[in-house]
Amino acid sequence: MLIINNLKASIGGKSILKGISLDVKPGEIHAIMGPNGSGKSTLAAVLAGREFVEITEGTVTYLGKNLLEMAPEDRAKEGIFLGFQYPIEIPGVSMVNFMKTAVNEHRKHKGLDPLSASDFLKMMRDKKELVEIDSKLANRSVNEGYSGGEKKKNEIFQMAMLEPKLAILDETDSGLDIDALRIVANGVNKLKRPDNSFIVITHYQRLLDYIVPDVVHVLYDGRIVKTAGKELALELEEKGYDWIKKEIENNAAS
Amino acid sequence: MNGKSEITEKYLGLYKDNIDKISSISAPFINTFRASSFEKFSELGIPSKKNEAYKYTNLDIFFNHDYENYFMPVPSDFIKAEKFRCEVTDLDTYGVVLLNGFYPTLNEKLRQLPGGVWIGSLNEAAIKFPDKFEQHFGKYAKSETDGLIHLNTAMASDGVFIYIPEGVTLTKPVQVVNLVQSDDDMFNQHRNLIIAEKNSNFSIIICDHTLSPQKFLTNAVTEVFVGENAHFDIIRVQNEHNNACKITNTFIHQEKNSVTSSNNITLHGGLIRNSTYHYLGGEGAESYSYGLFLGDKWQHIDNFVNVDHAFPHCTSNQLFKGVLDDMSTGAFNGRIFVRPDAQGTLAYQRNNNILLTDDAKMDTKPQLEIYADDVKCSHGATIGQLNDDALFYLQSRGINKREARLMLMFGFAHEVIQNIKIEPLRERMDNLVMQRLKGELSRCASCMVKCG
Repeated sequence: MLIINNLKASIGGKSILKGISLDVKPGEIHAIMGPNGSGKSTLAAVLAGREFVEITEGTVTYLGKNLLEMAPEDRAKEGIFLGFQYPIEIPGVSMVNFMKTAVNEHRKHKGLDPLSASDFLKMMRDKKELVEIDSKLANRSVNEGYSGGEKKKNEIFQMAMLEPKLAILDETDSGLDIDALRIVANGVNKLKRPDNSFIVITHYQRLLDYIVPDVVHVLYDGRIVKTAGKELALELEEKGYDWIKKEIENNAAS
Repeated sequence: MNGKSEITEKYLGLYKDNIDKISSISAPFINTFRASSFEKFSELGIPSKKNEAYKYTNLDIFFNHDYENYFMPVPSDFIKAEKFRCEVTDLDTYGVVLLNGFYPTLNEKLRQLPGGVWIGSLNEAAIKFPDKFEQHFGKYAKSETDGLIHLNTAMASDGVFIYIPEGVTLTKPVQVVNLVQSDDDMFNQHRNLIIAEKNSNFSIIICDHTLSPQKFLTNAVTEVFVGENAHFDIIRVQNEHNNACKITNTFIHQEKNSVTSSNNITLHGGLIRNSTYHYLGGEGAESYSYGLFLGDKWQHIDNFVNVDHAFPHCTSNQLFKGVLDDMSTGAFNGRIFVRPDAQGTLAYQRNNNILLTDDAKMDTKPQLEIYADDVKCSHGATIGQLNDDALFYLQSRGINKREARLMLMFGFAHEVIQNIKIEPLRERMDNLVMQRLKGELSRCASCMVKCG
């Protein structure tokens, strides 16, 4: 589904990603962990198409197409979804209008007619139930005045509405209490199908108690330095990141 | 003031040429103000950029023009005005049409509505209701710096008069449609007087339109008296062509515990200057002053607000937002004046602007003068571009860049629109703003003039 090959990227001339390779297959959940500043969010930004990140080398192929050439909105319509670490507040734009526009853009892309108002509202209702979000939230402006937890739940709600093939969740767990964490994780588990994939970027292993990954990668200093099964997350939780840093430094020295 | 400008001389001449004709069709009481106002105008002149309140607005281009005539109505003029119907069909209002500032003569000049409310011609009201009229006319529109107010008092002879008696709630809004139409370039002035007595409640919508493509200059003054505990809302919607200049001066005088709001929505116009004066003349009065302006091409839109806290425990709030495209320019000047006795004042002001191009320009000037010590005041002004993060957020959900920009601009504008309490009008405004932002004509379907 997604093949990243030797991806290098910089922001403002500073090299952040230093050669990342990753292969995500349909139905897989990949966790990307790593200490602060290792490049996790930059990777998410590159995949979603943020312009301030400059790609210096490497390729990203998504469903056989060159992802890096696609506009952000086209990536979304082709099935990529980014769950933001810091969802943006947009005063004056209602959630209903926002989602209606987005859903209909996706439908147009697939050659479908726009949803009728009643079908759309029904879809909103169903998805709200699915991800257990407060129905009143949908009547407000996008993320405006939402608590941190509400914003993250709203990301999951949007994901449910847009039914992506590949969802990238950028530290969706940060700042969540245990109940919100459970709701977010349940949302992901309910939306998981054999033909769609997730990349879950997280700092802590906590979220991975609820969302069980197939593969865990450790990102450090712009490189994936370790890849293993879900047990790697537990090991990191126990030992922290220091042992990995040491291991790398030792390798470099030898 | 020595050495009057050439432009001012032109209008002094206009007065002298027309004053006999004007006086002959005006009520005697209105005429009693003319000579002294003319003197005051000749002292102050047409405001130049040296006038602090007009620092960012150059009126010369419109005032220097040779207009064919100073408008005086003939009955046939009103036939077209009669045909005009506002297309906000679900907006159930008491409609009034003004043509070039005059109240149509085809209908009865004053009309009684339920509850003893009167609406109609200002000139007629001066004759029919001398007590009420003389108590309020000329009492609130005062200025020591702005000659245009005096030019209006010196020469205007008609406009809308509205009287709401004590305790009356008018359930439907009054809608005044100001039409400007002429075969020649034209300067016109009109004068409105609104009297909302104690415990009354009503709202008025004023729509400014141009119906022919000539060059127009309009200088309007509206005086509003809002009695104790009364509620009053005024919404002005401006949709004129680029060759028109509209200057509005609105004076709202409030008594104790009254609540008012003013909302100036400028969708289109060549040069627009809206001056709104709020006088909080009794304890516990509240005033809300809103404005939204959308400019493009060479348009210029200037909002000047003056809030005078003359009594303790009053509240005021200003919110003005602008979106400027192409080479358009805008100005906002918001003055909050808190007099020494006005303890317990709450006064807020905010002005946010989005510039869509490098050539668009906005000048914003908060002006707080506070002479009381127990006061809570705040002000904030921003001039910026659309938020890139917000734009990306919308795009990342599959919304194309153009649509995403529109949604953000619309959301920005909606913060002002949402304060309109009349729901059909609010929805209509949302639609007009959206059309305007899309670059489509935001004119009403029945309007035959192509704006822009």
